[in-house]
Amino acid sequence: MSKIATQNIHLYYRDFHALKGITMAIESHSVTALIGPSGCGKSTYLRLFNRMNDLIEGVRIEGEVLIDGIDIYKIKKQEIDPLRRNVGMVFQKPNPFPKSIFENVAYGLRVNGITNRQFIEEKVEQSLQQAALWNEVKDKLKKSAFDLSGGQQQRLCIARALAIEPSIILMDEPASALDPISTGKIEDLIFELKNDYTIIIVTHNMQQAGRVSDNTAFFYMGDLIEFGTTKKIFTSPAKQETENYISGRFG
Amino acid sequence: MEFPKKADRLKRLTQNIIFWMARGLSYGIVVILLLILFFIVRQGIEVISWEFLTTSPREGMTKGGIFPAIVGTFYLVMGSMLFAVPIGVMAGIYVHEYAKAGPVKRLIRIMTDNLAGVPSIIFGLFGMALFVNQLNFGTSILAGSLTLGLMALPIVIRTTEEALIAVADHYRHASLALGATRWYTIHKVVLPIAMPNILTGLILAVGRVSGETAPILFTVAAYFLPRLPSGILDQCMALPYHLYVISTSGTQIEAARPMAYGTALVLIVIVMIVNLSAAGLRHYLSKKVKMN
Ligand SMILES: Nc1ncnc2c1ncn2[C@@H]1O[C@H](COP(=O)(O)OP(=O)(O)OP(=O)(O)O)[C@@H](O)[C@H]1O
Ligand SMILES: [Mg+2]
Repeated sequence: MSKIATQNIHLYYRDFHALKGITMAIESHSVTALIGPSGCGKSTYLRLFNRMNDLIEGVRIEGEVLIDGIDIYKIKKQEIDPLRRNVGMVFQKPNPFPKSIFENVAYGLRVNGITNRQFIEEKVEQSLQQAALWNEVKDKLKKSAFDLSGGQQQRLCIARALAIEPSIILMDEPASALDPISTGKIEDLIFELKNDYTIIIVTHNMQQAGRVSDNTAFFYMGDLIEFGTTKKIFTSPAKQETENYISGRFG
Repeated sequence: MEFPKKADRLKRLTQNIIFWMARGLSYGIVVILLLILFFIVRQGIEVISWEFLTTSPREGMTKGGIFPAIVGTFYLVMGSMLFAVPIGVMAGIYVHEYAKAGPVKRLIRIMTDNLAGVPSIIFGLFGMALFVNQLNFGTSILAGSLTLGLMALPIVIRTTEEALIAVADHYRHASLALGATRWYTIHKVVLPIAMPNILTGLILAVGRVSGETAPILFTVAAYFLPRLPSGILDQCMALPYHLYVISTSGTQIEAARPMAYGTALVLIVIVMIVNLSAAGLRHYLSKKVKMN
């Protein structure tokens, strides 16, 4: 059984048909890159898995989204919050809370009602280690998260997502606001995280998709044009549109 | 390089003129404000004394102090805020964080906007009809506080809403994506960020409430009441009403004039202290919000 699967998913923003019947299956412990020109529906597709599209008024969804075999659009309302704890998300722009570095990472734990100080401290350290940020912040955990650089803030957001031990991590262009060095760090991180998590990442950067992902899905105007191993998509795509996009002839 | 054309020069000239006019006007406002302050201070300062602040009026209000009016205003402000702050903040939260865009939300918005523009004497009449008569509170601190609170309500709702609008959505999304409930998100993330701005709204409301005469005219204010109120169903004196009374009625308006200026000065100073301390608190909170 695949970790994640969508069955003929259609999504409408009121009248606008943004996803047109997407069927795709994602294996556990893999990194899947979503690529495609701006406005093709990558973020929309990504937000299906933690039901963040629900927050947008006028959204209508048809089809099935299965995580571990369960249709997450058939669960009860009060099961949405637990779903979101299982499916972490890293946003395009780093968005730490206006709280201390420590409290940012601890936030998800507190959401879960954890109050044991020692446990929280250990978990915060472990998550910051995982996000390759610990060494840079261990002496200033009480400082505001806003005092960090953009790249550090993004790794903080990753640590924040990791702290509650999700099994899936969604990343929407996590490095697009960062310089090359920070981007490199995030990419190394994704590579590490693959061992423990199933990762879906939206990116506009072809090299990045090539470097970090096992599989790649190419979207175009709400359709899934092609989905396969990253190697195959980048070296011998089956569809002409895919090749055009990858070789930079449009998009 | 081209020389600026005539039209460009003209444009620059108009721009400069408008700029200087705007600057002149804003300085003008400051000057007028200072003049008012100076005038009140100069007229009022001579009657300010410990006795003036701590005793009751005497001899047809031409002598003595304004202590009961200070206390009364304090009670009324506290009472109205006790009523308007929780309800107003909750309503603001509901309207912005929970209500779906649609006719109901629009209706609430229109009502609060219009309520904010209703003349205060109308609130006074309404308060008298509802609280004093219908609900049988009599002319009392309770009735007056509720009336003032009603008047403050739209300000509190509106500024709460504005403060929430100013909180970027990505904070909410970050919290919700971590599995937090909507209320947890509001309580732990949104409100701490919005607090300094909400506070500004509360200051505006306090400022407005403490200076109003019309709403308390029929609902609470006593013309002359040398002892302090002993409960919320008592009447009380209040600074703006006292000022109104000693400057317009009574037999010795001229003799009471210095007392009037003294009262005005005390009222202004109280409002200024409220504003300044709230501004300080706001500054402190907006620093702290980065941290906790
Ligand atoms: N909240 C919304 N309301 C209405 N239409 C929307 C909304 N969000 C996205 N859309 C539309 O849906 C389509 C897909 O948007 P989406 O954000 O998923 O694209 P994307 O592939 O992530 O683009 P980008 O690479 O620019 O981030 C776009 O045409 C967009 O205009
Ligand atoms: Mg996007």
